[in-house]
Amino acid sequence: MSLPGASPLFAAISFASYNTRVVLLGASLLGLAAGVIGTFLLLRKKALIGDVVGHCALPGIAVAFLVIERTSPGAGKNLPALLVGATCAGLLGAQTVSLIKLFTRVDNDTSLAVVLSVFYGAGVALLSVVQRLASGSSAGLKDFLNGQTAAIVSQDVWIFSGASLAIVLVTGLLFKEFTLLCFDEDFARTRGLPTRALDIALTLLATAVSVVGMQTVGLLLVTAILVTPPASARFWTNDIRVMALLAGLTGVVSAAAGVIASAARERLPAGPMIVLCGGALFVFSLLFGRERGVIWLWAIHRRERLRNDRTDLLRSLYESVEANPQSARPSKDGAIRAVIPRDHIEPLRTWSSRRLNRALGACIRDGILGRTSDGSIALTQTAIEEGARIVRNRKLWELYLQQFADVSAASIDRNRDLLDHALDPALVRQLESALGESPRV
Amino acid sequence: MSPEAAHQQSHSPSRPAGGPASPLVIHDLTVAYQRKPVVWDIDYETQAGKLIAIVGPNGAGKSTLIKAALNLVPRISGEVLFFGEPYKRVRHRVAYVPQRTTVDWDFPVSALDVVAMGLYREIGWFRPVTRRYREQALAALERVAMQDFARRQISQLSGGQQQRVFLARALAQNAELYLMDEPFAGVDAATEQAIIGVLRELRSSGQTVIVVHHDLQTVSEYFDDVLMMNMRLIAAGPVGTVLTAENLRRTYGGKLSLIDQVSQKMAEQHR
Repeated sequence: MSLPGASPLFAAISFASYNTRVVLLGASLLGLAAGVIGTFLLLRKKALIGDVVGHCALPGIAVAFLVIERTSPGAGKNLPALLVGATCAGLLGAQTVSLIKLFTRVDNDTSLAVVLSVFYGAGVALLSVVQRLASGSSAGLKDFLNGQTAAIVSQDVWIFSGASLAIVLVTGLLFKEFTLLCFDEDFARTRGLPTRALDIALTLLATAVSVVGMQTVGLLLVTAILVTPPASARFWTNDIRVMALLAGLTGVVSAAAGVIASAARERLPAGPMIVLCGGALFVFSLLFGRERGVIWLWAIHRRERLRNDRTDLLRSLYESVEANPQSARPSKDGAIRAVIPRDHIEPLRTWSSRRLNRALGACIRDGILGRTSDGSIALTQTAIEEGARIVRNRKLWELYLQQFADVSAASIDRNRDLLDHALDPALVRQLESALGESPRV
Repeated sequence: MSPEAAHQQSHSPSRPAGGPASPLVIHDLTVAYQRKPVVWDIDYETQAGKLIAIVGPNGAGKSTLIKAALNLVPRISGEVLFFGEPYKRVRHRVAYVPQRTTVDWDFPVSALDVVAMGLYREIGWFRPVTRRYREQALAALERVAMQDFARRQISQLSGGQQQRVFLARALAQNAELYLMDEPFAGVDAATEQAIIGVLRELRSSGQTVIVVHHDLQTVSEYFDDVLMMNMRLIAAGPVGTVLTAENLRRTYGGKLSLIDQVSQKMAEQHR
């Protein structure tokens, strides 16, 4: 090809070909349905159900094909019939896992692994039987394994779109019941909700998505479109409604992006591209997600550590001033109360010099500490007051523990440093009132 | 049923003819896990308008007793009647507070969402939680002094606050009988006071509350009646007559060093 990418990409984005438009619509709706129903699978800790259904559907597809070939030779690749076969086998597999869990003491992941591999093995064996029949129409069955989005004809897309919309609609109607089922099944049962029926409904919807998704992304990858979008959405929100919405949206975006990418490049399969786009969105969410993204958490953690280091530094400086009366050197204008040589900051010897410098720098920028010409640390009135307050709080707490909680001095000591950061003004007021008006500390 | 248990109970477990049916009658209840009985042949009848504690050592089947009464675990034998009827027909009159640790508190819902779950049955299938129900849920949160946390995601609440949210969910149902599984386990002092305040409020408006309780020291302070069990029913009745050192020893076997402490405490109270 002389112009790799450029003009097909333009063609894909401008939706020039009718076929691309149709496939794009079908895949997007599938992404929406998968994201919404996947939200509940994730919250019910059944993320792998799509994997089970996908693998278990294979023998169903093969059997359906064989049955149809038997009755009317040559008509084996009848999509609705194959989907029915896939659905039945997928459901059977999912229910087998539930039953094993219910009646034996086999671990859940063990039964998952056994069931899906046995069903898949049966499927592969049956598929070889199908191929030995040498019917020309059997070629299409391989599409279920790897997905063949481009081969989807517009007639199929209407089936998929209708199914996807129906799945979204049903999930929307049962939203509050599914929420309660996932959050607190026992309570749901006491309220009279038919939890078993709801659970089967949830599995059925997930099976429907998986079966529809198989043609697009392949049965081995179908679990990705169920799980990745809600997992990404969880990083952005703490509200299940927003999570379902975002998951649906993420599903749409990754499906559309995957289809466009595959249309832009010849031989680039759409299924894996959809999964990769979803994966990219997941990594992005994991890093930048507003509620739980690692960067935000890291920023919060860092801010907290800086605040704690400041508390420790001021307490330590105050204690050094108390211990060395000669360090008290009030300046003429009264701005500086004491000066401590840097290497005399006693209790902080375990700190790295980088950590110490950072804490000192922050306090100096705030104007509560100063640096003298010989590198010693000068404490302002504010620094002395804040240090005194921190030390007093600690003593208040120790007094409280000894008087009210009967805690020995030794066990108090171990948690001292953690406490300095936990005692906010409200707690201190409570302590003071517990210990009387003016406790002697 | 052991003869002692029969002796301790004030009523026979059958329904008294004519008068209003007891909130909870348990007859011959036996439950087994993996063929091993955990609740064995319990007979019990609750009097209305009381605060009742179920006490017993770990693994005595206290939670299982409640769950079996609510059909959450299968029974081997026995009959349970709420207000004289099977549970299915009087769900709206009975509220359940499960153990706090049985759910995933990282779930993406707010405190208000959880309380509204108590109203789902009233709201009905396929309908959203409308403003009217949100206000009802908020009122329930106010009763446990949690209205300021309504919009908080539940993982950001302390253990005690989570427990109060669970209690509010049950209160939202406006039931007549409340079954609570370890509501005082691992909560702070403020929560303990808030919960006991709510329990007393319920009692004064004629409701009945049955609580699985683990703290023997507070049984006589908080509750009117006590049900002592260790797989079998040991004794049931008013705290003053049933919570004896002898019954405690029979409930807890030799395992309890607290016995002496508690009996001393009771001696102090009787003085």
